[in-house]
Amino acid sequence: MTAVLRLQNLTLGYDRHPAVHHIGGEVEAGDLLAICGPNGAGKSTLLKGIAGALKPLGGSIERVACAARDIAYLPQAAEIDRTFPVNVFDMVSMGFWRQAGLFGGIGTGRKRKVMDAIHAVGLDGLEDRAIGTLSGGQLQRMLFARIMVQDSAVILLDEPLTALDTRTADDLVSIVERWQAQGRTVIAVLHDMDLVRRVFPKTLLLARELVAWGATFDVLSPSNLQRAREMVEAFDRNAEDCMRAA
Amino acid sequence: MFDLFISPFQEFEFMRRALVGGMALALSGAPVGVFLVLRRMSLTGDAMAHAILPGAALGYLFAGLSLGAMTAGGFAAGLLVAVASGAVARATSLREDASLAAFYLVSLALGVTIVSLKGTSIDLLHVLFGNVLALDDATLILLASIASLTMLGLAALYRSLVIETVDPNFLASVSRAGGPTQIAFLILVVMNLVAGFQALGTLLAVGLMMLPAASARLWANDVPGMIAVGAGVGAASVYVGLVASFASGAPSGPVIILVAGGFYAVSVIFGRAGGLARQMRPRQHLEA
Repeated sequence: MTAVLRLQNLTLGYDRHPAVHHIGGEVEAGDLLAICGPNGAGKSTLLKGIAGALKPLGGSIERVACAARDIAYLPQAAEIDRTFPVNVFDMVSMGFWRQAGLFGGIGTGRKRKVMDAIHAVGLDGLEDRAIGTLSGGQLQRMLFARIMVQDSAVILLDEPLTALDTRTADDLVSIVERWQAQGRTVIAVLHDMDLVRRVFPKTLLLARELVAWGATFDVLSPSNLQRAREMVEAFDRNAEDCMRAA
Repeated sequence: MFDLFISPFQEFEFMRRALVGGMALALSGAPVGVFLVLRRMSLTGDAMAHAILPGAALGYLFAGLSLGAMTAGGFAAGLLVAVASGAVARATSLREDASLAAFYLVSLALGVTIVSLKGTSIDLLHVLFGNVLALDDATLILLASIASLTMLGLAALYRSLVIETVDPNFLASVSRAGGPTQIAFLILVVMNLVAGFQALGTLLAVGLMMLPAASARLWANDVPGMIAVGAGVGAASVYVGLVASFASGAPSGPVIILVAGGFYAVSVIFGRAGGLARQMRPRQHLEA
């Protein structure tokens, strides 16, 4: 297998305080990887770093297959202005930005792709609805449709199933499985361990430091989970400079 | 009817000029105002309108009531305040609205002081309230150029401006266009304020931007619709305002804004997209 992402001794954080501390490893093409860990473990920070939204404090992220901007990234609780008068179709069409940019047309072929994506997430008939009228589940379905349109080789999802009912969650999980079947690499931050065991072959367990990374069954062992809980200590305002070798 | 609505423009050149200049302002101000409303920057526009005053006043100090000097000064001052208040907000613990308020208050005081020291109170009135009935050729050309440039600029920015407003994180994840889009939009705002300053003065320059745009939000549920309604309301305000001020002898700039305010009041009550009447007397709910 070939790597799509190489993390080397990576430290990410804010104001010099590390949230993700000295982690390393490779994500392989076609991986379906769950990132697990307690709150404050640095899961969202790690995704932000991979998406290129946060510069490493140390170490490096090598994106082998694609540029940061070609990675599809769905942040946790996306900051969308839902009062803005725009409809579902136009929102999903935004996924064409990399190809269309400021001036490129959205022609018949692209329109069909947008409608196909809206159909695939089960939002048929809602394409003309203003985004302000959507429910939470419908909004998340719409954002999944936009990711489909983005057609990225690497997809990052930050707690994509939070606050969704089981039916919506199941539908979105099957879309994730379809992405993997298409050969895409999907990395998702998740809290539902049962779901991770059922669907995700690989897991990265994080507690600011890397606890374990590998086959889900091995990683999510009781002892690893216990260790992860203990390792998330409080942020130290007076922390010394980190002397660990780079 | 004819005497009231047509003949003032037929008989007097200054009325025709006022109409053309006002239309240019209304057509370019409306789309800019629509984005200000959608980006929740309605009051930012107002603050920046005050901020152009000291620049225009400095131009006036050195060159008198000269179009070029006052325009260039106003434009520079507006941009300076926009950039400086943004920088203060980023570098200190002050939020953007507080630092903008500080900058525009100082600007306004400075501008009024400069004009009062040098000029007459007539000049001060001119600067504060403009004079839409005294637009000369050069000013008309300036207004028309700014209107044309604004439309071209907004057409070019449209897609990134919409995405930057609805979902800034998404735009940042796929492109570097976010920052330049914000800056280009600010430049368009300042340009339109400088144009409005010539006709309506520093205090009312935002009027033809914000009132039509706020009205439009109450009628339309999509951006192109808002822009169309806003431009229509703006143009109608200019025409009706000029007619009313001609008939009554009231000053034309404030009357134009009052008419726009009237359209706004009607929209608040009867607007189809969230107006009061719709909420007070909801129609029977649907089956699904």
